[in-house]
Amino acid sequence: MSPTPPLATARHEPMDFHGLLIAPFADFGFMRRALAGVAALSLGAGPIGVFLMLRRMSLVGDAMAHAILPGAAVGYLVAGLSLGWMTMGGLFAGFAVALLSGLVARTTVLKEDAALAAFYLLSLAGGVTLVSLKGSNVDLLHVLFGSVLALDDPTLSLLAGTATLSVFVLAILYRPLVLECVDPGYLRSVSRSGAAAHLGFLALVVMNLVAGFHALGTLLAVGLMMLPAVAARFWTESIGGMIGYATVFGLVSGIAGILISFHAGLPTGPTVILAAGAVYAASMMFGAHGGLVLRLLPRRHLEA
Amino acid sequence: MGDGVMRQAGSPILLDNVTLGYERRPAVHHLSGVIASGSLTAVVGPNGAGKSTLLKGIAGALAPLEGRIETASRIAWLPQAADVDRSFPLSIYDLVAMGLWRRHGLLGGIGRKDRETIAEAIAAVGLTGFENRPIGTLSGGQMQRALFARLLLQDASVILLDEPLTAIDAKTAADLLDLVRRWHAEKRTVVAVLHDLDLVREMFPQTLLIAREAVAWGETRDVLTAENLLTARRMAEAHVPHAAACHRAA
Repeated sequence: MSPTPPLATARHEPMDFHGLLIAPFADFGFMRRALAGVAALSLGAGPIGVFLMLRRMSLVGDAMAHAILPGAAVGYLVAGLSLGWMTMGGLFAGFAVALLSGLVARTTVLKEDAALAAFYLLSLAGGVTLVSLKGSNVDLLHVLFGSVLALDDPTLSLLAGTATLSVFVLAILYRPLVLECVDPGYLRSVSRSGAAAHLGFLALVVMNLVAGFHALGTLLAVGLMMLPAVAARFWTESIGGMIGYATVFGLVSGIAGILISFHAGLPTGPTVILAAGAVYAASMMFGAHGGLVLRLLPRRHLEA
Repeated sequence: MGDGVMRQAGSPILLDNVTLGYERRPAVHHLSGVIASGSLTAVVGPNGAGKSTLLKGIAGALAPLEGRIETASRIAWLPQAADVDRSFPLSIYDLVAMGLWRRHGLLGGIGRKDRETIAEAIAAVGLTGFENRPIGTLSGGQMQRALFARLLLQDASVILLDEPLTAIDAKTAADLLDLVRRWHAEKRTVVAVLHDLDLVREMFPQTLLIAREAVAWGETRDVLTAENLLTARRMAEAHVPHAAACHRAA
């Protein structure tokens, strides 16, 4: 289970369909684990990204990633490269920032984005200070860029568990989440579930980012959340459709990224995100709903 | 929704020395009175008179700075220019169906009977055939029709309408007013903020003329006098930049 792909072996394979797409997974356990990992990530993070985008919170994922980074780093300081400690640290920092900014937004004049900006910056600065006080030589590269090719059993379980929980919780929160975007005033008039749904949703965002950073790193985990979601917006007008597209796009980007990084010897996390970026660029160009090409195509207007 | 006309009769809405406002500044000042169950009341007054704030307070979306608002009724509230995000990918059908929230909440399934009820409501506002259109493609009038359909499904005993006919054409206004008459006939309490005084005189038995404080409240013909309207305009124009704390008793 070496984290470095044995390039020599790969290059000696004949470069046909099987050698390009199947053999890496058939021959190497760590590649199969990586495949399972990105599949789980796509299932959970894809739908969440769709809701983030629809709720005009596309940048919240990024802010949250910054917020959990110091938590994970402190976990690393305490116990080294420990899944449990880093997960707990990340969750703690993320939940704290989500709760505090939600609280400030609902009790003071500040809007949530302003409150979140304040708290995630404090979390980031506090975390960096703590790390430097310890004077420890933290390998922050792991936290920043993850290691898709070194997913062990507990990490895979964490990814799968997070994805499962996300899908279930999203199903429960679906109505208030949608209604809170479309018509928040109406939701408040019929139900008090809006605030709870919002906090529950933010908790899911944090959990998916924390799970994602073991594979892709804190900052890149946002990529597999947002890029497939914004790409999906170009293909359908329905929320269910977007969730489907986002999940598939995430999966395809994940597999493509792993394979490209395997064959070309590139770092896996960034390659996966770049693959997702390619899907996004293609969607933006050729998307059936608001894509560039269709908009620029000279077409006669309709009769009615 | 025709079933149980008796069930619609809710309790009256009691306003006891109510002051509503923002950042300690009153928008509605020391208002007392009763909106009788099953009544049809127009709220009239100049801009900035506190009409929307009053409805917000009755709906429970804004806590009074002083006094209390009491009602045991289920309230449906259509805010002025409801803050519906029209860019959200949602169909008209789904928007209307959300009127069933109270009955189905978070997870309740929409059954065959519910689908019939939703179809009836959509038909009642004349939007049949538009069910699958995204809300972003609706005109202002069609949107208001859809929101009225949602109100129908909410099946509330008190219905608060905040300028429901603003920027609405004559045909749509007539259709929506028919629904208001229907609610009144069903003994629901309807309170509507309006600017068309001719319409108020013609259709609304009760009127509250407000300019931060109540100018007059009662039978429409007694309230909408030239003298009262002039008073209301003068009161609304008064603005005090450095107001002291109010100690008026109830």
